[in-house]
Amino acid sequence: MILPALHLLAVLLLAVAIGFSFIRLILGPTAPDRVVAADTLAVITTAGLAGLATVFDNPIYLDVALVYGTLAFVGTVAIARAIEGNKR
Amino acid sequence: MELLADIFLVTGCAFIAIGSLGLLRMPDVYNRLQAGTKAATLGAMALLLGIGLHHPDWWPKLLVIAGFVLFTNPVGSSTIARAARITGIKPWSVDQKGGDA
Repeated sequence: MILPALHLLAVLLLAVAIGFSFIRLILGPTAPDRVVAADTLAVITTAGLAGLATVFDNPIYLDVALVYGTLAFVGTVAIARAIEGNKR
Repeated sequence: MELLADIFLVTGCAFIAIGSLGLLRMPDVYNRLQAGTKAATLGAMALLLGIGLHHPDWWPKLLVIAGFVLFTNPVGSSTIARAARITGIKPWSVDQKGGDA
């Protein structure tokens, strides 16, 4: 399928954002840096799944985005609590 | 209406990209948290608004997703900041880095 030019620009900006977050995820000096990068990637993926619903014209992807956001939130909080539990 | 929706889409994606650039460029965990979480949340809101203008019959699900992102993102970021604080990471300051403000 051929996307309009503005949609192509939006997809390109999302790709740039995913690339920056992955660089921080690989590079991050400490564990909380990586958790921050993973949290940002989860937000980008939720928004990108909602955009995928527009591209494919299929509202089932909105449910996928909601479930992904729930699971990513639970994962982020679990990893953060595990990191802080190491020190006490 | 289509042009307005496309403008919202591009604005949201630009805010997400700028937030990720801040995530890459900021010197500290706390600054990265600030840049990444807040700008990405605003970008996701604008992107969902643009999608809602494209498809007016998807409003309820989009509102649920937007409310969920608005609710969980500050909770997650404050949990990460608390973990970093308890782990003992010092906040970035000028004299740590030799005075290059």
